[in-house]
Amino acid sequence: MTDVALPRRWKKPPLIKSAFLRWSLGLGAAIYLALVIQTTPVNWARVWEGIPRGARFIAAFFPPDFVTRSAEIIEGISESLWMTVVATVIGIALSVPFGIGAAKNIAPAPVYYFCRGFLAVSRSFQEIILAIFFVKLFGFGPFAGVVTLSVATIGFYGKLLAEDIEDMDMGQAEAVRATGSSWLQWINYGVQPQVMPRMIGLGLYRFDINFRESAVIGIVGGGGIGATLNTAFDRYEFDSAAAILLVIIGIVMICEYGSGYLRKWVQ
Amino acid sequence: MSVAAATPHKAWQRRTPRAQFAVWAGWFFATALFVYCFSLISEKTIWAFVTDAPAQAGDLAVRMVPPDWRYIRELGRPIWDTINMATLGTAIAVVLAIPVAYCAARNTTPSVALVRPVALFIIVSSRSINALIWALMLVTIIGPGVLAGIIAIALRSIGFCAKLLYEAIEEIDESQVEAVRATGASRAQVTTYGIVPQVLPAFAGISVFRWDINIRESTVLGLVGAGGIGLQLNAAITQLYWTQVSLILLVIIGTVIVSEWVSAKVRHAII
Amino acid sequence: MLRIKGLTKRYRTGDLALKGIDLDVPDGQVMALIGPSGAGKSTVIRCINRLVEPTSGSVALNDVEITRLGSGELRRARRRMGMIFQEYALVERLSVMENVLSGRLGYVNFWQSWLRKFPQADIDEAFRLLSRVGLDHMANKRADELSGGQRQRVGICRALIQNPELLLVDEPTASLDPKTSRQIMRLIKELCEERKLSAIINIHDVMLAQMFAERIVGLQLGAIVYDGPPTGLTAAVLTKIYGEEDWSATIRKVDEDAPDEADDNAIAKAMPPASLERDRMAGLN
Repeated sequence: MTDVALPRRWKKPPLIKSAFLRWSLGLGAAIYLALVIQTTPVNWARVWEGIPRGARFIAAFFPPDFVTRSAEIIEGISESLWMTVVATVIGIALSVPFGIGAAKNIAPAPVYYFCRGFLAVSRSFQEIILAIFFVKLFGFGPFAGVVTLSVATIGFYGKLLAEDIEDMDMGQAEAVRATGSSWLQWINYGVQPQVMPRMIGLGLYRFDINFRESAVIGIVGGGGIGATLNTAFDRYEFDSAAAILLVIIGIVMICEYGSGYLRKWVQ
Repeated sequence: MSVAAATPHKAWQRRTPRAQFAVWAGWFFATALFVYCFSLISEKTIWAFVTDAPAQAGDLAVRMVPPDWRYIRELGRPIWDTINMATLGTAIAVVLAIPVAYCAARNTTPSVALVRPVALFIIVSSRSINALIWALMLVTIIGPGVLAGIIAIALRSIGFCAKLLYEAIEEIDESQVEAVRATGASRAQVTTYGIVPQVLPAFAGISVFRWDINIRESTVLGLVGAGGIGLQLNAAITQLYWTQVSLILLVIIGTVIVSEWVSAKVRHAII
Repeated sequence: MLRIKGLTKRYRTGDLALKGIDLDVPDGQVMALIGPSGAGKSTVIRCINRLVEPTSGSVALNDVEITRLGSGELRRARRRMGMIFQEYALVERLSVMENVLSGRLGYVNFWQSWLRKFPQADIDEAFRLLSRVGLDHMANKRADELSGGQRQRVGICRALIQNPELLLVDEPTASLDPKTSRQIMRLIKELCEERKLSAIINIHDVMLAQMFAERIVGLQLGAIVYDGPPTGLTAAVLTKIYGEEDWSATIRKVDEDAPDEADDNAIAKAMPPASLERDRMAGLN
């Protein structure tokens, strides 16, 4: 046991090793923040004034009124639920070919680029923007909402499916191909079993998202509970709005518990 | 072959008859549900509009081309606002999500019976209510503008970040925490030495992931007056300036794709 | 002197893990606790520093009754008991140095530990310990870059920097290869001798226990069934602890191992400058 030259100093090594990068990142963040503060006009007087208004606003939420508009609420919620079911089923069914086409390891290049492009574009637009256009095309009502949610589902689910297929174990897939299977048989035996469990979970998760989104596309005319909510806000019936929001929260919670339970049961 | 013929046939089935029946019943039920839901929606749909839609779409597409490139000079500021709403909103959300996640994780919460349900309720309500609805309310309270957008994004993101973060906290390796506790460390020290290092990568990944989602969300907040490129989009659509609309859509696609690329790069670097 | 009296633990599931253990460990004694899985070895160790709360009974270290302490006093008592873990339990994303220094957490306040501003004396001691186990050149490596044996040596440093009076060692060799296991056990034994520490070592491997401990306690279903010197581990005793089995290969003939041990010793002593080891790590990075 030899004594090394003591005392030796010790400092925690920095997270980012290059000092230049460390400082320029910090400086960059500071400059960005300064720019943002400078270019973001905030009317503090208006905000200040808004605080008591906000308090009144929140007070108007209580107690939530489930009764007065109960017929509209029930109708809106059930419409949202139908839309969610239909859109999730259609969306997932259509996203399977897109997902397979967008997986680099099994799709030929032209198909790959086409599918990737389609997925990227459909995912770029927030559901509301899609809804605006589909309402223009298909008229007001739940059909436009269903199309919106289906397209959004394709973007979400297709991308994840493609990534999952790209991550799969090629050895297993090759073994199935080596048996002389046709392409469809190969997908069914070599690919599907590998990606299925996770995709079922994601499908349930997407159902949940679709329901939540269906609550807002109504604001632009896409049907569902969003329309009811928007009307409640427009008429200053905040107690009804609170009731609607609570119902949405409740259903999302049920979906979450239900999907957790279903996922356990499926796997 | 003769060998096959000689051996007695052994029936093989993938599932037992009962399981097979359950699977068929499940499919039948799901199909029936789908058809039922679809028929309800179809009742509320004017199919004449739907059949007319391809023609409409073609018409719209013609009117949208070519994009009005000169208009791009007016889009710099709205895009800057959009990105700022996403960035600041995410920053506020992740900071607020930390205590919520700490209270919601089973292994760190101060009280499973009292504090945890409150934290979970915060998470669920924040997640259930879309940023657009938050913005709708905030615009009435604090007036239109970017600030309402930032807060709306923040409120919507708290739940998402807190949920993923508390799941990460629940998945940590308890033995490392136990080892730190065994040295006689205080609760705060156990947290900073035993838990924080373990969840830090997950935390960074979640923040960047949410930032990427928020870029997309903040493009629409302008529709209800909360600032960003949505304001321009709304104005262009109501005034039927379709060439401007197409340019705005292109700009949105570009921004989203770039942000997705950045987010993927950063997450890759972290892991 | 550690004195355990009537230690009982019933888990919330209803399992009675310990049935009233009585055990005295005098200062400077290295004691091995053997027994089949589920006999309650880990529970004993964890009840001593109250990572597991005992149901009844008392544990006293140098006349301080640990089972009665409030949370602040318990933390002070824990500083005096170093613990070494089965899967090393290093905080994997912290550096080796931070892991070692985390042994001082009970002595510094929160802000010092948050800002990593440990007293220079602690840092000196950390370097001394790391060089003692041959890892001082690894101080700024992240713990998850180390091999199993290296990690366990860091774990030992973390326990020793607490300046403990007692070492609680939980299956230190369970995830190590046979050779590294011996080196680690020898290191623990030597360090206990150097510092006049007493130690309780949970261990699966009966041979290792016989080789390195001066006293063996056999635990079976939460009760002590053997307490005596390593030489007293006969086939009958082992059967009592573990159940029926052919024990002839396990019972150690003391002299036979001696040359082998000396050989191992040389390797262990030569370890600190082991450039071989260092090269391997460099390859890993």
